[in-house]
Amino acid sequence: MKSAVIVFPGSNCDRDCKVAIERSTGSSVDMVWHQETALPSGLDLIVLPGGFSYGDYLRCGAMAALSPVMTEVKAAAERGVAVVGICNGFQVLCEAGMLPGALLRNARLKYICKAVTLDVTNIQTRFSTGYAASREAVMTVGNGEGNFFAEEAQLDRIEGDGQVVFRYRDNPNGSARNIAGIVNGKGNVLGLMPHPDRSFETELGSDDGALLFQSALASA
Amino acid sequence: MKAKVHVFLKPGVLDVQGKAIEGAVHTLGFGGVSDVRVGRMIEFDIAGTDRAALEAEVKTLCDRLLANTVIESYRVELI
Repeated sequence: MKSAVIVFPGSNCDRDCKVAIERSTGSSVDMVWHQETALPSGLDLIVLPGGFSYGDYLRCGAMAALSPVMTEVKAAAERGVAVVGICNGFQVLCEAGMLPGALLRNARLKYICKAVTLDVTNIQTRFSTGYAASREAVMTVGNGEGNFFAEEAQLDRIEGDGQVVFRYRDNPNGSARNIAGIVNGKGNVLGLMPHPDRSFETELGSDDGALLFQSALASA
Repeated sequence: MKAKVHVFLKPGVLDVQGKAIEGAVHTLGFGGVSDVRVGRMIEFDIAGTDRAALEAEVKTLCDRLLANTVIESYRVELI
């Protein structure tokens, strides 16, 4: 098993992701700087971590989406490598056009940092098979712009295609149709606002996040 | 030439900043103010004299970086 965490200037959950993946799965984790023009070979999982890449200037994730390494991340996703964007990483994936929709300012303008309960609405993606028994997960969110938006027709489409993986049970930020996490059409790119990397051991309040990394690497 | 790009959330996309400002405006007693929208203006110099070509170039730049057309619309001014 081999994973990589992409590090952008302003990423602040990159180390959390590394430790979370290592402890949850035993996978090795390489840290890859955003200016790299090649990824380590033989990757099973690529994670775009949370944080404030480029200080959230212009729009969250907008500049990071144009980083040199993202060309390689896109190519890897095309080849079928699993890619997970967490929080700012989700924003980067949307800005890069690798996932539909966008993340808006939270509906009540507040930065929200708390544990949330998620319903796992599709347990058949490669990121969610581990939730087959519980069909729910507790993770923490920490964001000011986590309000998922897409046009109604697109929302109908992604719901119809089973692309919604996680939904908030109690919507904290105004996200359309309570969406907390989605996959792309091919099912190998996941973006979610809650942090599995902050919820991978019971000492952190929940170890439900570990299942996500374990699911993603189950076939590796 | 100087380019000015105005970027706003599309109509129909909730502008929470605009709403908050509108509330404060009403607190100040300006009851006639409504539909406050917050956007951004990005200004830069761009080399060239062919107006149509420059406008096309700036629009491409808007689509690729300066605006996220999933949620935002933009207007280009060349001066």
